[in-house]
Amino acid sequence: MLSFVDCPPKLELPLFGTQVPAGFPSPADDHIEGKLDLNEHLIRRPAATFFVRAAGESMRDAGIFDGDLLVIDRGISPQPDDIVIAILHGDLTVKRLKKVAGQWHLAAENMDYPSLPIGENDCEIWGVVTTSIRRHCGR
Amino acid sequence: MATFALVDCNNFYASCERLFQPRLRERPVVVLSNNDGCVIARSNEAKLLGVGMGAPMFKIRKLVAEHDIAVCSSNYALYGDISERVMTVLGASAPSHEIYSIDECFLDLDRLAVPSLTDWCRLLRERTRRWTGIPVSVGVGPTKTLAKLANRLAKKSAKAGGVLDLVHHPAWIEAALRKTPVGDVWGVGRRWTVMLEERGIHTAHEFANAPDGWVRQRMGVVGLRTVHELRGFVCHALEDQPSPKQTTCCSRTFGAAIREKSQVHDAVMSYSERVAEKVRHAGQVAGAVQLFIRTDPFAQGAPQKSLSGSATFHRPTSDTREISAAVLRIFDRIWRAGYDWRKAGVLLLDLGMPGDTPASLFDRIEAPDDGLMSAIDQINARYGRGTARLGLAQKDGEWRMRRENLSPSFTTRWTDIPSARLT
Repeated sequence: MLSFVDCPPKLELPLFGTQVPAGFPSPADDHIEGKLDLNEHLIRRPAATFFVRAAGESMRDAGIFDGDLLVIDRGISPQPDDIVIAILHGDLTVKRLKKVAGQWHLAAENMDYPSLPIGENDCEIWGVVTTSIRRHCGR
Repeated sequence: MATFALVDCNNFYASCERLFQPRLRERPVVVLSNNDGCVIARSNEAKLLGVGMGAPMFKIRKLVAEHDIAVCSSNYALYGDISERVMTVLGASAPSHEIYSIDECFLDLDRLAVPSLTDWCRLLRERTRRWTGIPVSVGVGPTKTLAKLANRLAKKSAKAGGVLDLVHHPAWIEAALRKTPVGDVWGVGRRWTVMLEERGIHTAHEFANAPDGWVRQRMGVVGLRTVHELRGFVCHALEDQPSPKQTTCCSRTFGAAIREKSQVHDAVMSYSERVAEKVRHAGQVAGAVQLFIRTDPFAQGAPQKSLSGSATFHRPTSDTREISAAVLRIFDRIWRAGYDWRKAGVLLLDLGMPGDTPASLFDRIEAPDDGLMSAIDQINARYGRGTARLGLAQKDGEWRMRRENLSPSFTTRWTDIPSARLT
């Protein structure tokens, strides 16, 4: 029975704060802002968003480097000039989607790598890359 | 008219495996149960090769080699995450929804005003596939039972394109009932199937036309409701508030048979931790705990034993320390040496919300919360299950599950996210 004294049951008391519609609103209420949330900033459709790690140099001139973290939104329908994840020979591959004179290409952005012409139906676009994230300090 | 849809993911586990491993799209895929025991999911190609549901792995080894079937251990971290995404997309599209299982969801489309429901379902299907990578089928009916039946046919028929709407095509209902074996009707289990077939009832159509009195007498009010639902009268509404669970369990088959007491002890302690975490996650407390251990019932010639014991808590709890202490007392009481133990489980019973249990005369209040459990849960939520644990069990032992072909946790662990080639 000692613990009864040590730890009284919680009593829910109504607190009259700024939630009450009557009375004067606090002048600070209008200025309260949430903390900045990177998820909110980078991800518009959480159910359709996946993370993929970049491996290789073929998109260097687009600013995507080996080891970068890519944010993929599958809810965006791919359009020409989007950077996309495509399925090529059973692998996930990052390229820029191009349409030149009616012909689709998966274009690398590095002179050392070729662009690949693709048919409308023989290549699946897995998702559109919306963001790449690179760490500059590893510790 | 009431309008229910059942959305069901096609070959869900196999589809999840294929999402991040496109190479698997060119091969038949099977997914195995815990401990890589038997087949619990198959891609269409594997079904066509004759791999049966529940087939033990050792029986299909030849088929696997002959047809280059990809064999995956079950990866519930992946399936759970993808399921949540599918349910989010469905829930955001329909007026209300009920998650029925990891890969099935009922929608209430009563108040949905669209010119063509079939077109709407096709769009929903396309959106789900596009956003989450998972193909689904949609069955629509005036009752949940008919929606489920329509879904099965939508999946089977190439013509349907994954959608079958019986609400706006009532003339199709009879044909659909005739095409459905009675054993495939929602809620008709194996025992009832045998009983019905013995009495000449083979299809859903024959079942729907059975006399009420007869059904009620043989199958009770539950069976009668199923018959009424087949006739188009709603007996089951959407349950968007899942009823809180009465019991929860963590049980596993060991990776190998174990004789050693300390090994079984470690397994049991680890399950206690897991099951306690489960009730805390549900915001519940348990009034009692039960432990069981048993040998492999399929091991021929080996002595068989099944032991169990239980304990009641003075005050309902979800604290790992109290639960594991109780499990330890039961374990020491029931333990018998000399058997090859193969499975153990910890059940928490008599679950309730904290505070709603009638206080006993002397224990007026619940245990003081020192915050340790929620701290552990938060650490494990952030850094992965098992990061912070009580020092109850060794981390690895023979009781650990066998998962030889486990795919990475593509969506739930930073070190496991897929790589894309930039070559």
